[in-house]
Amino acid sequence: MKLKELEGCLQQVDVFEEPKVLLEQYPTSPHIAARMLYTIHNTFDDIEQKLVADLGCGCGVLSIGAAVLNAGLCVGFDIDEGALDIFKRNSEEFDLTNIDVVQCDVCSLSSFAKKFDTVIMNPPFGTKHNKGMDMQFLKTALSMARSSVYSLHKTSTREAPFCSLKTILVFFLQHIQKKANDWKVKMEVIAGMRTISEYFKGLSDKLLVTHGIFLLSPELRYDLPASYKFHKKKSVSHVEVTKIWCFLC
Amino acid sequence: MKLLTHNMLTSHVKGVTRGYPLLIKATEVKVSEVEFNPQFVSRMIPKLEWSALVQAAEGLGHLNDLPAELVPGYENNEEFLRKVHRVLLEVEVMEGSLRCPESGREFPISRGIPNMLLNEDEA
Repeated sequence: MKLKELEGCLQQVDVFEEPKVLLEQYPTSPHIAARMLYTIHNTFDDIEQKLVADLGCGCGVLSIGAAVLNAGLCVGFDIDEGALDIFKRNSEEFDLTNIDVVQCDVCSLSSFAKKFDTVIMNPPFGTKHNKGMDMQFLKTALSMARSSVYSLHKTSTREAPFCSLKTILVFFLQHIQKKANDWKVKMEVIAGMRTISEYFKGLSDKLLVTHGIFLLSPELRYDLPASYKFHKKKSVSHVEVTKIWCFLC
Repeated sequence: MKLLTHNMLTSHVKGVTRGYPLLIKATEVKVSEVEFNPQFVSRMIPKLEWSALVQAAEGLGHLNDLPAELVPGYENNEEFLRKVHRVLLEVEVMEGSLRCPESGREFPISRGIPNMLLNEDEA
């Protein structure tokens, strides 16, 4: 499936009618969802025939996308009944049967140890009285996934208004790296400025490990380093995106 | 809720050490067609709690001749993989509940969605 087709498809997914601020229910835009899933699928082959979890799935744009890309099964998890109603409606409208959903508190999930192949998510950013929520999501995700976690994070200049974007990204990556070290997992940056990739160059040889936290920072044009060539590579393209996400703390 | 999802679900009620497997009480079960993928099913089988799957399928009246014990060499047995595929992915509990075997706590299933949320005093 082509990127444009996937994006067009995800534009049909219904989103929140009345988003709840406390749950940070901002939908993942079809634009970024398509690019994220396209990369996960085409470059890393972590969707097709895989058991996929979508944490904080909301109305399900990532789950729907994963199911469209032929996940063996994609299971969405969310706390909010209203969101799950829309999720259910979406999967019915798309006529997808390789999809399932569980209502639960993602932060209290502990029973799925290593059951899933891949976890995808756009977690709460942890900015609405729930600081650190995104890190809790990451931790849960890492406990559930056998191979990879793909997570979107927000860039915010709130904490560092005078820093350049590059500084912020480095700061962000250091923060995640520290968490990754605490949790004894390896981290690799998928999308990022070349300089950021250079910054973490030492890690890029360690991708063949059981775990990776993969960050997508879609405000940047990115290309994938050649070191990924041991993965199935259907196509690698330059992706031009405009929004700023990625960052916390 | 598909039985593959059920196979992974555990109750987390405070004090419970092994809230598994959850006992299904179904009032509505649906069977919908899902594309058959032998590799996926074959890859899932060793990761399943087989006895929990058999118990769940039997309880729903969809045992589909699954054996109580997993027989070796299933990877190349398409007929067997199709049966497992049906039970894992095609049989869905739409309405009913899940009962924690230890605490007796019931988790409702409505419109195919199991609600595993706990009250504050239970968590």
